[in-house]
Amino acid sequence: MIDSTLLQLRRITKHFLGVTALSDVDFSVRAGEVHALLGENGAGKSTLIKVLTGVHALDGGTMTLAGRTIAPGSPKEAEDAGISTVYQEVNLIPALSVAENIALGRQPGRAGFVNWRAVRRHAREALARLEIACDVEAELGSLSVALQQMVAIARALDVRARLLVLDEPTASLDEKEVAELFAVMRRLRGEGLGIVFVTHFLDQVYAISDRITVLRNGRLAGEFTTAALPRLQLVSTMLGREVKDEAGRSAATPPSDGGGVPPPRMESERGEGTPPTNVSNAPALAARGICRRGGVHPIDLTVRRGEVMGLAGLLGSGRTETARLLFGIDRADGGEIHVHGKTVAINSPRDAVRLGFAFCSEDRKTEGILPNLSVRENLIVALQGKRGAWRALSRAEQEKLCAHYIGALRIKTTDAETPIKNLSGGNQQKVLLARWLATRPEVIILDEPTRGIDVGAKAEIEQLVTRLRADGLAVLLISSEIEEIIRNCGRVLVMRERRAAGEVVAGPELTPERLVQLMAGTHA
Amino acid sequence: MRDFTKSALFWLLAGLALLLGFNLLSDAAFLRITIHDGHLFGVPVDIFTQSSRTMLVALGMTLVIATGGVDLSVGSVVAISGAVCALVLGHGHNLAVTLAAAVGVGLTAGTVNGLLVARWQIQPIVATLILMVAGRGVAQLVSGGQVIIVAHAGFEYLANGFVLGLPVAPLLVAMLFGLTQLFLRRTAAGLFVQAVGDNETASRFAGLAAARVKALTYVFSGACAGLCGVMTAANIRAADANRAGENAELDAIFAVVVGGTALTGGRFSLLGTFLGALLIQTLTTTMYYRGVAPAVAPVPKALLIVAVSLLQSETFRGWLKERAAQLGWRRRTNRANPAPTPP
Repeated sequence: MIDSTLLQLRRITKHFLGVTALSDVDFSVRAGEVHALLGENGAGKSTLIKVLTGVHALDGGTMTLAGRTIAPGSPKEAEDAGISTVYQEVNLIPALSVAENIALGRQPGRAGFVNWRAVRRHAREALARLEIACDVEAELGSLSVALQQMVAIARALDVRARLLVLDEPTASLDEKEVAELFAVMRRLRGEGLGIVFVTHFLDQVYAISDRITVLRNGRLAGEFTTAALPRLQLVSTMLGREVKDEAGRSAATPPSDGGGVPPPRMESERGEGTPPTNVSNAPALAARGICRRGGVHPIDLTVRRGEVMGLAGLLGSGRTETARLLFGIDRADGGEIHVHGKTVAINSPRDAVRLGFAFCSEDRKTEGILPNLSVRENLIVALQGKRGAWRALSRAEQEKLCAHYIGALRIKTTDAETPIKNLSGGNQQKVLLARWLATRPEVIILDEPTRGIDVGAKAEIEQLVTRLRADGLAVLLISSEIEEIIRNCGRVLVMRERRAAGEVVAGPELTPERLVQLMAGTHA
Repeated sequence: MRDFTKSALFWLLAGLALLLGFNLLSDAAFLRITIHDGHLFGVPVDIFTQSSRTMLVALGMTLVIATGGVDLSVGSVVAISGAVCALVLGHGHNLAVTLAAAVGVGLTAGTVNGLLVARWQIQPIVATLILMVAGRGVAQLVSGGQVIIVAHAGFEYLANGFVLGLPVAPLLVAMLFGLTQLFLRRTAAGLFVQAVGDNETASRFAGLAAARVKALTYVFSGACAGLCGVMTAANIRAADANRAGENAELDAIFAVVVGGTALTGGRFSLLGTFLGALLIQTLTTTMYYRGVAPAVAPVPKALLIVAVSLLQSETFRGWLKERAAQLGWRRRTNRANPAPTPP
């Protein structure tokens, strides 16, 4: 084992401002293997990659590459040590030629003069190694994304890399292009390179990888040999569902995250509070065959009044993309949306808000808060937008609304004039919920409403969801936490690979196992 | 941010006080205001009068900058508007028609800018640069490539007249500031501008018509520049397509930035812009009175901008704090991780 181990990470720990992003993570890659690194959002994949590539400094642990201890302080140092990285977004310069991009920052030449003939020769050699046919004098921006990716790999390999890190390289590639990439990866594996492959697509994991490391909540959830790992067990491990794996159990109770609320308690509590399905209620929202190229395949979805509809699935399964179509953020290529039985056109969030929709984005920071504006302004902005500029809420009305929601949702803030960026994540989320409740919506879409917030706030938000349902709202709840889905939803639509994989109604059928099966696409 | 706005205003007033104090020490007559024929005269009055045109352009610029954009075309709009004014007056129309024509020119220019930026998503610098460059040509076309001399009593009154002993131009501009402030606070327009400037995506997701808000700020900025064109032409009693509004965009941006509105958008302060324009003009006038050669005069102005920009830079403030902490042997603040390059 020692002879073939190329990279060995031991007890890697990394904190950010008191938050533990990685805790005691071990990770090893052998020479001549493709090692898949998997995990849901917030699992610590990208932090681990950044530690590996010298973007972040370690807080604890050791890294050895080919027996030598390394501690890269920058991507350049990591590259010099033999670790090269290709990111999802090709970070090359589109306006330069292929050859220039490959040589960028290490042009052969002397005394400030570049030997352009050598630059082109190097580029041709680097591409030939990957068996890529491409004009090295062509402008990079004129090539397809797939080819640009190949150029990025060629550039990465040009520095005699020992380890190649591919961070979601297939996210924007079509099937044929993925096959081409895999061919290149196999060739490099044959040359004895270690490849770390980060992806969301499980099919691809099984198609190319030799071993798999799963992270969850900043900890190692397990290391497996791909061929010996059933799909169901893989998904269970990623989601923190107990199967029988030793490593998975040890990581089941993460410190900062309430994802591991003990399942038995949940079962017993469901007696009185089983979310009703309310099949008899009128649909508040019905989508028929809505789809978007590169986003979601045609999907049907109904949310009734007084119902919490769950939308479950792994990362990249198309949940958020579906929500964005419903809310008019992205234009649908096809399909119809009916509200109260009438076909409606939703071309912008503004249209959606006017129809009584509300949408809490999963990305609070870039799509939710107005960071420098006050809690008050953040809270009233959607209602004010709905009323228009001329019918301004008076200061007294605004303060009344704020006082009401700060009390009702127990928002912790010194006062309503504090900039929202000074609040904790959970309180920011509550302000955003209040922003939407103030518009008196009929349909509210919550995309990962409890992500990244503390356990207490999490429970309060779940209580709020229950109250909204009781008030007759139609709630569409998107969550990566299976327990959260089961606790709150009357019906659950599971998505897999950008399609509906199946629907489960609350009751004996709605079990974590069933949902995991649907997410993984296997039948037990 | 609220605290910072406060402190920005504070620094502005402190800067003004400092300059005035310096001037008083060296020449006690600097602040003297006399009354001739019932009109106010004196250096402070001149400062107000001379800064009024920059203030007017800066008023529109403040809102554009608050949405995270910039309007470089204002100088050229001033020139076009001035030329159109001269023509309209030359045809014997009255002042009201002239003013309407000037504002109309501004509105048209602003609409073009707004469409380019908001509808077609062209970078504000590029979009308004188009009109900045092309606008001079348009002004030349309108004026036939000549400086048009205007002789019109009402027109001159706009620039050099007095009402109730006070100069008309600064009074008019101050009124416009007041009306704009009132409009922004009484309607939700001010909130929308700040929301869009602070986080455009989040504003759009909250159901605001972010593109429309942005476009309208350019329209407003154009109207301000159009009005400024009238005042500029009135001031020199001529429309000069080459020189009118020269560097107006830079002066306006200076005033806005010195006034505490960040170029990144978000919170804005009209009062800050007003005082910022005043501060810059006071500095210019001071140098004039101290006999600083005109060729050197831009240097202190530039230093002022550098100082203000540095104070607004979070990196610089953090660095200052760190230095202060080190010097004071206090516990060093936990240095934040350097922002990683996004993958």
